[in-house]
Amino acid sequence: MKMMTYSEGIREGMSIRMREDPNVLLFGEDVGRFGGCFGVSAGMIDEFGPERVRDTPISEGAIIGCAVGAAATGLRPIAELMFCDFLTVGMDQLVNQAAKMRYMFGGKISMPMVVRLPAGAGTGAAAQHSQSLEAWLTHVPGLKVVYPSCAEDALGLMLSAIDDDNPVMYFENKVLMGVKGEVNSLEPIPLGKGKVCREGGDVSIITYGKQVYDALEAAEKLAADGISAEVIDLRSLYPLDKALIGETVSKTHHAIVVTEEVRRGGYGGEISAIIAEEFFDYLDAPVARIGALDTPVPFAPVLEQYYMPNAADIIKAAKNMF
Amino acid sequence: MAISNEQMKDMYVKMRRIRDFESAAAKLFAEGKIPGFVHLYLGEEAIAPAVCECLRDDDYITSTHRGHGHIIAKGGDLNLMMAELFGRETGYCKGKGGSMHIADRDKGILGANGIVGAGHCIACGAGLSINIRGTDQVCVCFFGDGSTNQGTFHESLNMASIWKLPIIFVCENNHYGISMSQDRHQAIKDVADRGAAYNIPGIAVDGNDPMAVYEAAEEAVARARAGKGPTLLECKTYRQHGHFEGDPAIYKPKEEQAAWMEKDPMPRFAGFLVENGVMTAEEVEAVDKQVAKEIEDAIAFADAQPIPGVETAVVDVYSDIVEEVRDR
Repeated sequence: MKMMTYSEGIREGMSIRMREDPNVLLFGEDVGRFGGCFGVSAGMIDEFGPERVRDTPISEGAIIGCAVGAAATGLRPIAELMFCDFLTVGMDQLVNQAAKMRYMFGGKISMPMVVRLPAGAGTGAAAQHSQSLEAWLTHVPGLKVVYPSCAEDALGLMLSAIDDDNPVMYFENKVLMGVKGEVNSLEPIPLGKGKVCREGGDVSIITYGKQVYDALEAAEKLAADGISAEVIDLRSLYPLDKALIGETVSKTHHAIVVTEEVRRGGYGGEISAIIAEEFFDYLDAPVARIGALDTPVPFAPVLEQYYMPNAADIIKAAKNMF
Repeated sequence: MAISNEQMKDMYVKMRRIRDFESAAAKLFAEGKIPGFVHLYLGEEAIAPAVCECLRDDDYITSTHRGHGHIIAKGGDLNLMMAELFGRETGYCKGKGGSMHIADRDKGILGANGIVGAGHCIACGAGLSINIRGTDQVCVCFFGDGSTNQGTFHESLNMASIWKLPIIFVCENNHYGISMSQDRHQAIKDVADRGAAYNIPGIAVDGNDPMAVYEAAEEAVARARAGKGPTLLECKTYRQHGHFEGDPAIYKPKEEQAAWMEKDPMPRFAGFLVENGVMTAEEVEAVDKQVAKEIEDAIAFADAQPIPGVETAVVDVYSDIVEEVRDR
C-alpha cells in the first residue's frame, strides 16, 4: 500500500506504461519542461526525454489530430488538453476523426489513444476554464469516457485507457489533484466497472468524479438522520456499469444521480433515463437528478459555490424521498 | 535521379485508371447506382500519380473528400473501391464509409476524409509516429486550396515545421472551394507563398503536367526522408466537374472552363509520351483498352457483391463492444 495524490496516480499510470512500451508517449501544451498546467506530468520529461514527453504549440486541433495520426500508425499516444474547455477547438479531430475512423473504415484502423481532460469548477477560473463537458463525449459513438475520483482509480483507469484499442477520454478533476488516497494495486481497472464506495440500504447516490466526495459527505450526514445511503462511483461513463446501477437500485428503491455538469442535457439525464427505462419497477420514488445551475460557470467565489452541486443538495433530495 | 520510362508509363496507367474510374462513377451516380455524394478528381489526374510515383508502399498518405484519385495512385484496389461506392458488404469499408471514407492501412492510405482540412493534422500524427519509431517513411498530405483557409492548415504546417516532420503537403489548387473561386476565398495567388510563414520550402508547379509534379515531389520526398522536414508543394489544376456530381457549377465561367479543358492532362501526357518515344501510340491505346477492361470488371464485381446485412450496423464502432441492437 502506498499513499498517492490523485495527480500522482495519473502520472504513475502513464509512467508505468511508458517504461514498458516505447510506443506510448505524452504530448500537449506545457506537459514537458513546465510539468503540465496542474503538475501532473512533473518530472516525466527527465525520465522519458523531450521526444516522448513533448511540448506542443497551442494548437488543440493539431494536438488531437496528431494523436489520431499517431494511433493509426502504430503508436499509443496520450494527448493532454490543458483544460477540457479547449475541446471546442479540437472537437473535429475527436468527434469526426478519432471516434469514427474504425467504423468508417470497416474496422480496419485501430485507434489506441487517450485524451486527458482536466475538468470541473471550484478553482475560480470562470466560464472558459471550469466546465464539465463529459456529456459531449459520451454522446459520441466510438469514444470511451472515464472519470476517476481517487488516486488508485486514476492509476488503474489510466493503464486500461492506454491499453485500450479505442479512443479513451480521460477526465481529471482539477480540484482533486492534491487529494491523497491509498493505492493498493498497480493493476488496470477494467473500463465499464463502477464501484460501491459506501454501502447503504435506503437510497442510492450514483455519481462520479468530485461528487463522490459530496455524496460520501451527504451519506455521513444522512446516516445521522437515520437514512442509509449507498454511494456508487461509476468511474467509467462509457461503457457504463448498468449492472451495478441495477443492483443498487434494486436494493434501495431510491436513486439520486449527481453530476457536476450543468443539468440541462447532461449525462446525469442519460443515467436517470436508463434507471427509468430499465429499473422502473424497483423504484419507490422518481429519480432525483442533481447538477450545476444551467449557467456558465461564474467567477466570484460565492457565485461559483452557488453554481456547483453540493452535499446539501443531495441531503435535501434524499429527505424529499421519504 | 532521372525518371525512368517505366515510371512514366506507370504514371500514365494510373492517370488513365483515375480518369476512367471517375468517368464511370459519374455515369453510375447519374444512373442512381451510387448513393450519397461523389466528388470527382476529373482534371486533376496528373497530381496524385506523379506524387505517389515517388513513394513506397510503406509510406502514408492522407486524402480528402475528393479522394478516389489519391487512393488509386497509392495502389488501392479498384474492385474494393467500386464495391464501397456501391455500398456493398465486401467493399473497402464494408459499406460503412462510401466514397468519402476509403482507407487501406496496408497501402498506407490513412483515409479519405469528409472534413475539409482534417487530413493535415492526421498527417502530423503519422509524421510524428515515423520520427518516434525511427523509420525513413514519409507521409503525403493531399488537400485542396479551400482547406488552406482552415485553422488546421496553419496549426499543422507550423507543427510539422518545428518538429521537422517527414511530410509533403500537396495542395491541389483546383481554384475552387466548393463554389467560391480562389480569388474570392483568399488574397494570394500562390498557396506556396504560405510556406514562408513556416520557414519551409513552398513550391508551385503546373499541376496538369505530371513531369513537373514528379520533379518537385521527388525533391520534397527526398528532403523529408533525409529528416530535413516538410515541404509545401502547390499543384495548379482545375476541377473539370462541379464540387460534387449533380452540381451544375454555374459559378464557373465558360471561358475559364474551356481554357482549362485545353490543358486537360490526359491527352497532354499521352502526347508527351509518344512524342518523346516513351510509348508508341499503339502502346497508349493498349493501356487505354486494358484500363477500360479493369474498370468494367470493377463495376461487374461491385454489382455482384452482397448488400450489407442490417445486423452489421452495430459492429466496428469499437474494437471490443458491439452496440445494442434495438427492435424496430
